Amino acid sequence: MAFLQYEGVGITAMSAAVPKRVIVNREYTEVFTKEEANEIVDKTGIEQRRFADENTCSSDLCLAAAEKLIADNNIKKEDIDLLVFISQTPDYRMPATSVTLQHRLGLGNKVIAFDITLGCSAFIYGLSVVYGLMERSNLKKALLLDGETRSKVYSPRDRRSAFLFGDGGVAALIERDPKFGKSTFSLNSDGSRADLIMIPAGGYRKMSSAETVVEKVVDEFGNMRSDEQGYMRGGDVFNFVIREIPRDIKNTLAYTEKTVDDFDYVVFHQANNFINSYIMKKMKLDANKIPSTIAKFGNTSSVSVPLTIVSELQGKLDGHKQVLLSAFGVGMTWATGIVPFVDCKISDIVEVENGQAV
Amino acid sequence: MEKFIELFAEAIEREDEIKMQDEFREYPEWSSITYLSVIAMMDEEYGVQIEEAEFKKLRTVQALYDACNNK
Repeated sequence: MAFLQYEGVGITAMSAAVPKRVIVNREYTEVFTKEEANEIVDKTGIEQRRFADENTCSSDLCLAAAEKLIADNNIKKEDIDLLVFISQTPDYRMPATSVTLQHRLGLGNKVIAFDITLGCSAFIYGLSVVYGLMERSNLKKALLLDGETRSKVYSPRDRRSAFLFGDGGVAALIERDPKFGKSTFSLNSDGSRADLIMIPAGGYRKMSSAETVVEKVVDEFGNMRSDEQGYMRGGDVFNFVIREIPRDIKNTLAYTEKTVDDFDYVVFHQANNFINSYIMKKMKLDANKIPSTIAKFGNTSSVSVPLTIVSELQGKLDGHKQVLLSAFGVGMTWATGIVPFVDCKISDIVEVENGQAV
Repeated sequence: MEKFIELFAEAIEREDEIKMQDEFREYPEWSSITYLSVIAMMDEEYGVQIEEAEFKKLRTVQALYDACNNK
């Protein structure tokens, strides 16, 4: 079993941006009835989400968050040596969105920039990649940007996914400082379950064609989507999560000789309230330590863990705080992170419309 | 068996009678949402996890009960 450990690297500041447009799920009844909407909201706990307009991409959300982060913390742009962008909803199939963000943020050409595409667990994967590069180098500061516009991925006519996903972007500033002590990551993958959550067409295995954009009825419930839209086999995802997530957290705790009581906060991927409260119950976790943004932002994929930190832990990360991060999703991939926070500065959330902060 | 029916009724939020020979997908309460509650109930009460492909083969309440108790 592989664990990654780093010493003396941490997140010193965070910010987030969400689209201005609010979708109220109980009133999201263009396709489905109010009864259906209410039943789904009662079960998932997702009351509202944010939807990006056609002129707003993941990159725009991250740009707005990063500009806020740079301004609020008086960061000298020449000190940023590394920019990593996490997303499965990039601007283009090429070039990498991170590189366009290097330019749009006004950063120099010496900046190391690349994308990570992975899914809901990606923020924890991304942290470990950036911590690794920062720990043994003379890079000054790193920007980890994570943005998703999952509202553009799923069919509004498939009730199994139409009410779950929302959009958002975050920026995290990562620096070296002995005060952070040790961080531990457990990163996992199971490609035998690649078909549990998938967008089948639009890549190079099944390239876009007139046929791939046609909406079809896909099941006995009359749900509709095209092959260019995502689907999720919710039952199997749930089975997978309740088996693997408690186990990975327990293994990581055992490896670091910690218990759940050692943590100030446990931040889970915000899949939906049904899955999260079941994990909480199964692991006998203290709900007071578990911040949630499921009700107001829904499932924002990889953004949900950092967005929940920015939204719910602002002003609560002064001094030394031990935080456990846990996320799972498409791949399947899943990850646990034990990440110390020391006086992390968290900015107010920015709203974005037509690609611009408003 | 009574205990199982009670737990199953609670999971799918059904107040009408449940018989072992019933095909549970015929119940108006059955949906992709109540399915998740049944998965949770089987994991919590019986420590059983059944993948969707296997679960699809289970037609009756009796079949569910057997799946929970044969492991």
